[in-house]
Amino acid sequence: MKFGKMKPHRRNRLLLVVFLIITSGSAVGLGLMALNENINLFYSPQQIVDGEAPVGPTIRAGGMVVDGSVQRSSEDLKVSFIISDMEAAQVEIQFEGILPDLFREGQGVIALGALNPEGVFVADEVLAKHDENYMPPEVADALADAHKESSGK
Amino acid sequence: MIAELGHFSLILALGLSVCLVVLPATGVYLRQISLMRLSGSLSAGLFVFILFSFVCLGHAFVNDDFSVVYVARNSNTALPLQYKISALWGAHEGSFLLWSLVMAGWTLAVSQFSSSLTLDMRARVLSIMGGLSAGFILFILLTSNPFDRDLPIYPREGSDLNPLLQDFGLIVHPPLLYFGYVGFAVPFAFAIATLTSGKLDAAWARWSRPWTNLAWSFLTMGITLGSWWAYYELGWGGWWFWDAVENASFMPWLVGTALIHSLAATEKRGVFKSWTVLLAIFAFSFSLLGAFLVRSGVLTSVHAFAVDPERGLFILAFLLLVIGGSLLLFAVKATGIKSNAGFTWTGRETMLLVNNILLGVAVGAVLLGTIYPLIYEALTDGKKISVGPPYFNTVFVPVAMLLFMVMAIGPASRWRRTPVERFLKKQLLPWGGSFAGAALLVFLFAPRFEPLAVLVVGVAAWITLGLIIDWVSRVRHKSNRVASLFRQPVSYYGMLIGHLGIAVSMTGICLTVYYSEEKDIRMAPGDVVELSGYEVEFVSMKKVVGPNYEANQGEIKISRDSQHIVTLHPQKRFYETARNMMTEADIDPGLFRDLYVALGEPIGGDAWAVRVQFKPFVRWVWFGGLFIALSGIVTVLDKRYRSRRRVVDEEAGRLQT
Repeated sequence: MKFGKMKPHRRNRLLLVVFLIITSGSAVGLGLMALNENINLFYSPQQIVDGEAPVGPTIRAGGMVVDGSVQRSSEDLKVSFIISDMEAAQVEIQFEGILPDLFREGQGVIALGALNPEGVFVADEVLAKHDENYMPPEVADALADAHKESSGK
Repeated sequence: MIAELGHFSLILALGLSVCLVVLPATGVYLRQISLMRLSGSLSAGLFVFILFSFVCLGHAFVNDDFSVVYVARNSNTALPLQYKISALWGAHEGSFLLWSLVMAGWTLAVSQFSSSLTLDMRARVLSIMGGLSAGFILFILLTSNPFDRDLPIYPREGSDLNPLLQDFGLIVHPPLLYFGYVGFAVPFAFAIATLTSGKLDAAWARWSRPWTNLAWSFLTMGITLGSWWAYYELGWGGWWFWDAVENASFMPWLVGTALIHSLAATEKRGVFKSWTVLLAIFAFSFSLLGAFLVRSGVLTSVHAFAVDPERGLFILAFLLLVIGGSLLLFAVKATGIKSNAGFTWTGRETMLLVNNILLGVAVGAVLLGTIYPLIYEALTDGKKISVGPPYFNTVFVPVAMLLFMVMAIGPASRWRRTPVERFLKKQLLPWGGSFAGAALLVFLFAPRFEPLAVLVVGVAAWITLGLIIDWVSRVRHKSNRVASLFRQPVSYYGMLIGHLGIAVSMTGICLTVYYSEEKDIRMAPGDVVELSGYEVEFVSMKKVVGPNYEANQGEIKISRDSQHIVTLHPQKRFYETARNMMTEADIDPGLFRDLYVALGEPIGGDAWAVRVQFKPFVRWVWFGGLFIALSGIVTVLDKRYRSRRRVVDEEAGRLQT
């Protein structure tokens, strides 16, 4: 049956279906593409120390801020601190900007940024949570894993 | 004692809600009018008992009864009274009690304003809403009882409300949001009731429409207020973060927006019937999904409520039951539904269809990004990821722009068929004019020329001009123009205001994204920094004391060309009981720009980290939101929703069933 000779309502319906498939297909495709470029993997301090985290791409790192590790520049807003999993692994984090209100030594934080070749994590953003009793699930898991491993050894 | 009364009253409310499910439904089944009639008084009883329970909890807060665990955790004797009351819904348990109260409120409202419904339909709708209420109350009683006591040893002082929540925004934001979320239960109940009765006619759309619009308006207000609150209270000048919890409120809003448009087509033209029913089911399902995401703590979010897996599991089970059950019902019952009116490619129906498709795509994209961390974790055996704002911006903005363009031509189209040539001729002028005007404005006033800013502002102007032209053409040829202004349907004005609101919002979003300037710097008294042509001087710092906090307060002078403009006093507060630091930004608001100053922390000597921001047109984001919310309320006032003919319906209802 020729397309032009189809009954108008059938043709309309066919066009509609084709249109829907094309739009939703391309939407899903573009969405997945955008998604793949914008997911940020989380790494625990242990994984970073072990060299499992890639150097360069944007990732997230989280742990407890080590007591006494926060150092500020006297000229500008540069600050560095060390996060750990409360066991052996420690990672230095550098950041320039204003830290969140709930940032404190001994508190769980998550940093978004990239690892440089020297193994220092350069953060674009540091997150601490609204609620001080709240521990980011990633950090809680990282701590639990590290604890399990060290007590297993 | 009072707390126990509240608890007891909540249990009674559960009993009543179960009666509300069973009795009217049995009445429908047995065609017993007396049983169907019970739905009204049961709804009223349900509302009264939950209200009483709510008041009891309020009593515990106002009287500092710290033997109640929930009060001890979220209040303090030094907390100002208005925050003691709002602390009631400041954390999980109480906010769910509010949720249930709102649910009972909508149920009561439906039972009171349903004189145009058949008795049979009314019994079905209220019975379904009673079922939802029963689920929510059971959830509170089993997993999150706010009346739990900690006896005999209880704290003498409460640990205070989270300082971020001690604010006007929190007093009003959650209730408005809940009115919206829970309000979608009304069209949901109408949809399910219609499916069970098998009579899916235009009357159904006419009943649903005002309720949907109202719920959608509340949700719009809730989201707008939340965004405004984040802007001034979180302290850093952002107003939308694509956070999981924000998305949880945004998705039902998008589906709700699709629903009000498709309801319009169903009511006026009898098309998209089964699609509209499906949307009504989805709008409420997304509300529940939002509740699940927020309460279960499965996603990392700034809104982190303390987590309890049991709660997540309960809501998940409830969610699956509601969504699964209603979709199953839909699959069984909706196959026979036929739309009886044809339309062509150029008709307004097509425009509304495209609106629905684009909104659907937008919801899909946001949903994918929001739950992708969960999927990824499940697929990769525990690897954790987050999806950043770039993803959402990449997928959402293009879809939104397409939607806005359809919005610009949509209102001028006609039902069934639009004469294309005349249509194009009428659109040419607003199209060219708006883009040329936007380009000129950006060129003249903006610090730099951004093609995308011209595009967005151009589309906003196009939408606005299109609305004005359409409005003028509706009244121009009438003999009495002034009178015909008032003779347009009220819902037409609702559409005008709503679309105008979108244009205002998108202008604000675009300009504030492209032309904001922000500096984080180290400042000591006497330091001056230049920002977007303003000189910002850090003058001094002093200590001030509030009711339950102490603060460092900066004095910051802003001037332009040596003309003093404003002195701002941002604070860094320390809340003694909660041992929490809090940033209280100070803002000089304006119609065309905000000047925003927030204190970071002291960093050696008398220097502080300071954030100063210039945010052009940022208020427009929320002005637009208020317009949009207003539009939904205006449409509800349309005459045709006030039961003209009080259908002689008890009789008719009995005959039909």
